Amino acid sequence: MNRWRNLASLAWRDARPARRRLLLFTSSISIGVAALVAIDSYSANVVRSVAQQSRAILGADLAISSRQPLTAPIIQLVDSLRTAGADVDYATNFSSMAVVPRLEGTRLVQVNAVGPKLPFYGAMKTDPAGRWQALQTGHNALVDATLLAGLGARVGDTLVLGKARFEIAGTLVDVPGDVGIESALGPRVYIAQRYVDETGLLGFGSRAEYEAQLALPPGIDADSWESAHLGTLRAEHVRARTVRDTERSLTRGVDQLHSFLGVVGLVALLLGGIGVAAAIRAYVAEKSDPIAVLRCLGATSGQVLVVYLLQAAALGLAGAALGAALGVAAQFALPLVLGDFMPVDVHPSLEPRAVVAGLAVGVWVATIFALIPLLGVRHVTPLQALRREDSSLPVRRATRDPARWVAAAALIASVVAIAIWRADDLQRGAAMSASIGAVIVALWLAAFAIAWLARRVLRSHWPFTLRQGVANLYRPSNQTRAVMLALGFGAFLIGTLYLVQRSLLSHLSFSDGAVQANIAFFDVQRDQVNALDSLIRKAGDPVLQRVPIVPMRIASIGGRSVAELSRERSSWALRREYRSSYRDSLIGSERVTAGSWQRTTNRSVGLPAVSFEQDVAQELGLTLGDTVTWDVQGVRIPTVVGSFREVNWARFEPNFFVLFPPSTLVDAPQTFVLLTRVDGAGRASRSAALQREAVDAYPNVSSIDLSVIQQTVSDILGKISVAVRFMALFSIATGALVLLSAVAASRRQRLREAVLLKTLGATRAQVRSIMLAEYAVLGLLGSAVGLLLSVAGAWALVHFVFDIPFAPLAPPLILLAALMTLLTLSIGLWSSRDVFSATPMAALR
Amino acid sequence: MLVARNLTKSYPSGGGILTVLRDVSFVVPEGAFVAIVGPSGSGKTTLLGLLAGLDIPTSGSVSLDGADLGSLTEDARARLRGEKVGFVFQSFQLIPTLSALENVQVPLELRGEAHAGTRARELLQRVGLAARAHHYPTQLSGGEQQRVAIARAFANSPRVLFADEPTGNLDSSTGEPIIALIEELNREAGTTVVLVTHDPGLAARASRVIRLGDGVVVHDSELAA
Repeated sequence: MNRWRNLASLAWRDARPARRRLLLFTSSISIGVAALVAIDSYSANVVRSVAQQSRAILGADLAISSRQPLTAPIIQLVDSLRTAGADVDYATNFSSMAVVPRLEGTRLVQVNAVGPKLPFYGAMKTDPAGRWQALQTGHNALVDATLLAGLGARVGDTLVLGKARFEIAGTLVDVPGDVGIESALGPRVYIAQRYVDETGLLGFGSRAEYEAQLALPPGIDADSWESAHLGTLRAEHVRARTVRDTERSLTRGVDQLHSFLGVVGLVALLLGGIGVAAAIRAYVAEKSDPIAVLRCLGATSGQVLVVYLLQAAALGLAGAALGAALGVAAQFALPLVLGDFMPVDVHPSLEPRAVVAGLAVGVWVATIFALIPLLGVRHVTPLQALRREDSSLPVRRATRDPARWVAAAALIASVVAIAIWRADDLQRGAAMSASIGAVIVALWLAAFAIAWLARRVLRSHWPFTLRQGVANLYRPSNQTRAVMLALGFGAFLIGTLYLVQRSLLSHLSFSDGAVQANIAFFDVQRDQVNALDSLIRKAGDPVLQRVPIVPMRIASIGGRSVAELSRERSSWALRREYRSSYRDSLIGSERVTAGSWQRTTNRSVGLPAVSFEQDVAQELGLTLGDTVTWDVQGVRIPTVVGSFREVNWARFEPNFFVLFPPSTLVDAPQTFVLLTRVDGAGRASRSAALQREAVDAYPNVSSIDLSVIQQTVSDILGKISVAVRFMALFSIATGALVLLSAVAASRRQRLREAVLLKTLGATRAQVRSIMLAEYAVLGLLGSAVGLLLSVAGAWALVHFVFDIPFAPLAPPLILLAALMTLLTLSIGLWSSRDVFSATPMAALR
Repeated sequence: MLVARNLTKSYPSGGGILTVLRDVSFVVPEGAFVAIVGPSGSGKTTLLGLLAGLDIPTSGSVSLDGADLGSLTEDARARLRGEKVGFVFQSFQLIPTLSALENVQVPLELRGEAHAGTRARELLQRVGLAARAHHYPTQLSGGEQQRVAIARAFANSPRVLFADEPTGNLDSSTGEPIIALIEELNREAGTTVVLVTHDPGLAARASRVIRLGDGVVVHDSELAA
């Protein structure tokens, strides 16, 4: 015990002169720890807030909703709950065009018609305050502020929904469970449930949701009630949601965000580990004399190792503690960037578990990464105190040490274990550590290739300083590998983030020129199609597509009913309502991937051949030739699977999971979507006028302008970019710190060389240009290799994970490479600043 | 060739001021072989640094081949060293990342000379190390490293050679050829040699001995004669 205390105090004293410098290098671990602590704390905050607020978010203990008016068996279930003491009220949600007669224009809105008792829990905040009750006292509406802004309306205006008129009584300030960006997609309008019929909007084919909300008496548990009646609920195509369901679905989204951001944190942490390893390596090299003296005085090589391991662990703890403090601070900043994506109001509070986990993983990473270079101290012989030798020798001698291989194996195992812990999934964790490993190996190989190449291309007629700089890339104890790793990994990360983000943006920007239509009218009834068609043409605009939509459900597959199939595996694809269409040809946003597109009945089986979108077909487990029987408004229609299609959903065109040949559905009940294109001078006002005219004539018809969607999408993506960049900052900061410690690792040697050169007659300018040449080559090649790897990495992510086209762009990458080269140069010169101030006198001492 | 006038050098040290050299003056004519001797801490190395322009005096001046070092910038002093000064150090001070040949080439290349490689090879041959031209310093023995250092010191045909305990890290059998080399160059090329040592045997081979004690000249063989 005493011996340990002595070793600890020896470790403390031994590190004294270098403590501040060492702390700078272990701080490369801080940023990774900060990222992990921030993300873990924030997501714990969110999960806790969700748990606290989920009842208010649902507004009830149990909500039962359906795409059709609640059927008799469901009403019976609700009634039995009412008899048992439950409080019940109803709501209807549907979309509609909102018109303010005083003004031009119209806007697609989401109407929420609520009964007087709703919400059972939680409170709706309005502006002016307390107007929620006004909803039930008359024809009043509460709306999202974005709607007022979009239409130019104000509180007190009259709002027309279908055939009913309401007075805007106020705006919604806070709706429990509201995700901020949602209101941008479809502004909400709340009215009283009893005025729904008055609007006359709930005709055939309109997308409405009918909901019963219940407050249950003590003694009835919503979840057990739900599982007891699952059979009836499913048979009636009704969805039941409990507080726990709400919590689960909200937390799932947070989990995904958490694991994405966690990857960034993990990578920052591993980069930090590499930085620690580089710093410790340099530290050990300069410590070889004192170690030799310690050995002469009777310290065993094991004791020496313990002394330095204790130093590494202590510095790891200091670095991790700094990181944890930073992380807690960042946690309070995260709501500013992520708040709009969160369904709950997040109140940041200290999360001891996240802080402890961050500290533990930080200390561990620092220690395990320090271990390999530290093993070198065991190879410092006492003889060295008498005879000077090259200080990097012990480190190199350690290459043949079996303990080194054990340490390397422990390091790899730790990285894989941490990756699996972070990913919370064995396969994903393994894939993640494999890709990180692949990048490191690629960078390592690139470093070797560069050293080899530098030796080959060096020409004696080059200017002296350039030759020296390039030769430094392959000379003994060069820093090529360390800088390549740090810089390359940083460039790889930043490049990958940028390219993925860009591919996502360009995929969603509708800018591929193939877009024809820019206004869509939907929910058009069959008897309105021709009239609306001529209304559009009269305004001077073309009707580009008339797309029929037939709502239907799957009745059976291969003769087995959906109920039967559901018992084997529950899938959204089995129970959903399909809004299918029929046509005789494919459109630009789709292509057949298997089977063949058949316009008519498949002759060999005598059934109509339908085409499935490939992902939904996979979800249903369909193969070509399977029979699928549909329930179209009560009529059974048997079909055969004729082909699979790949569909680009991001195009502004109606696309469908299932396409029928025309002859089969022509007489089925259906609605239509009409697409037109308005452009040229005064586009905005002509678009508004056309939509307004259509709504005045046919209140049930909804319309949307592509430019509104584009604006919304770019708003959302802008917010996502901010969040992604915020995280990228962590990696960039770590990259810079790691680069700093990689460069600093060989700083003393460089200093000594530069002083000697000055003694021998070199001017400061000559010393500087040697360094510039070396760092310029390193910076340029390191960032170039990292960015090339990022193109490969981003391509893989975009292709396999996001499944969208890859959209690389060279100029920003070149700019990025230039910036990183500049960063390398500045860090290199900054860390060598002593060279310019030191007098050559040092060579004599 | 080398004139020291009233050289004083002091450093701030622990609140007070530590004066290492006090009012040192002497003149070294061209081609002389001067030994500076004295006990540890007497200011030998500091004096050498000032004479070579590696450091600047607190007061007084040094003139090297007619140039007043105090009036030159750091870079100008470096250029002057590159042209007229050679160095041999106790701990050899070879650049560890350069091979023997590259070390010898450095002063030539700093001056932008063509054929630096050929000249460096000649010099290595002269010190008997042609076969080890591509070895790195860590692969050479102490005596070999010092011979490379001497080849480097003479690469630019200096007017003055400064040697700081050149045999201090060597035993007598490896030290002797080093001194012989220095003497040979002093004789043949007429290079002025200023040598710092506390080895009386080595000092005895110089044409003049300046003895320092506590920062002042306590004995100068030339003045005494």
